[in-house]
Amino acid sequence: MADKVLMKGNEAIAEAAILAGCRHYFGYPITPQTEIAAYMAKRMPKIGGTFLQAESEIAAINMVYGVSATGKRVMTSSSSPGISLKGEGISYLAGADLPALVVNVQRGGPGLGGIQPSQSDYFQATKGGAHGDFHMLVLAPASVQEMAELTVKGFDLADKYRMTAMILADGTMGQMMEPVSLDFAAGEPVEKPWAVTGTKMARPHNIVNSLFLKPEALEKTNFERFERYERIKETEVMYEEYMMEDAEICVVAFGIASRVSKNAINEARAQGIKVGLIRPITLWPFPEKAIAKAAEKCKKFISVELSMGQMIEDVRLAVNGKAPVTLCNRTGGMIPAPEQVLAAITDAAK
Amino acid sequence: MSTVQYLFAGFGGQGILFSGKFLAYKGLMDGKNVSWLPSYGPEMRGGTASCSVIVSDTPVGSPIVSRPDVLIAMNLPSLDKYEDAVVPGGTIYVDSTLIERKVKRTDVKVVYIPATRLASDNKTPTLANMIIMGKVLSEEGQFADEAGVEAALKKVISAKRADMLEVNMNVMRLGHEYKA
Repeated sequence: MADKVLMKGNEAIAEAAILAGCRHYFGYPITPQTEIAAYMAKRMPKIGGTFLQAESEIAAINMVYGVSATGKRVMTSSSSPGISLKGEGISYLAGADLPALVVNVQRGGPGLGGIQPSQSDYFQATKGGAHGDFHMLVLAPASVQEMAELTVKGFDLADKYRMTAMILADGTMGQMMEPVSLDFAAGEPVEKPWAVTGTKMARPHNIVNSLFLKPEALEKTNFERFERYERIKETEVMYEEYMMEDAEICVVAFGIASRVSKNAINEARAQGIKVGLIRPITLWPFPEKAIAKAAEKCKKFISVELSMGQMIEDVRLAVNGKAPVTLCNRTGGMIPAPEQVLAAITDAAK
Repeated sequence: MSTVQYLFAGFGGQGILFSGKFLAYKGLMDGKNVSWLPSYGPEMRGGTASCSVIVSDTPVGSPIVSRPDVLIAMNLPSLDKYEDAVVPGGTIYVDSTLIERKVKRTDVKVVYIPATRLASDNKTPTLANMIIMGKVLSEEGQFADEAGVEAALKKVISAKRADMLEVNMNVMRLGHEYKA
């Protein structure tokens, strides 16, 4: 325990990014993720990195694009309305096949919404998030330790597949403190022969670009990108199963909702109800096979979310009509209490 | 196997988040699982502030404390808001300088301590929070290990403010020794 320190989730992301070799951070303040920027503002100058508070979210994501084109690890962070502003840049990163880490510490929406925790950017994060044919890798931490570990993992995956990895957290995850061990392996550097680093007259120019005016050429880039996505779906899915061995009811929840659900599941188990949890850690790729497998034996599914029900659509696709899937939710910055989830479980057990 | 859920509540500026962080570090150093979650509305000095701390032998599920075992109420709005939420058999600590009324519940333990007056008499008017903290540790038998208390305090006081270490230890002793 001695090597563990108490850190806010936001700070853990920032320190883990530095451990992963990120030396360039561009952002614009917004609650509840401002500690990431504050931490970077303190740390980056001391280690020869760049911290820049841009004039807007749009400027920040385009600075990310520029640095990524040079092959350096780079990140930005924001919260829901700010992520919408970054959408254009995220799509350009996808079109140019550039790796980047984008952190979304979600707050209630739509619009300016509120500043309390939410998971209502699930659709935006997992279905693309902006115009065009693309996906982001979406990682959903459920502890401060995972905030750190998935940040490093996100940089590694982004480099490996030349795409944006998004940490999809929420206000609770960003603001809470828990013990963290930062004693883990930093990410492996990846060769980036495509990077714009100067040819020294020794090789042809590298071109980083998202404009393809010939439809045949643009179609080819999209086909190639989606072949990569298929490989990701086969190899990069991550999830946790909790008390699923003999479960007859399956709760599906990620992030803070999964922690509330665990409290409720422990309580329900004490009452003799056979209930378990599947916690997606990657939201894209979604653990559809694990849920399909659970649907062979579980009679009922409950999707617990801090939204009006967004992940539930992916749960239903995976369950594929084999069992009913119901929603247990709060939204707009409210968090379901364990008692609410327990009531949904006891209802399902009737 | 035990889990204790604490809710600290008071005005912004009373050190609610700080004393919560201290208690979380104390738990961490005792080998427990801990979580600390602040309220983060548009808080300001003088507004309401609260903080959930969980100290447990088992992994912490939800970090949100809605039914505290221990409520530390440092102003009247906090007592009004959270008194009914405390679990039966739980404990409520009341800063009796700032809260004139008595606790209505009869199924909880209540500890009244005039922390704000003690702090001001001690010429450390901003440390009422740590006087109550001393009392909490004392009631829970955690003050017996004074070295452990000091070690946790070192984690939350930056090296630049090392002079505050002794000051905080002293005010916690005031809370520890206070008898109603």
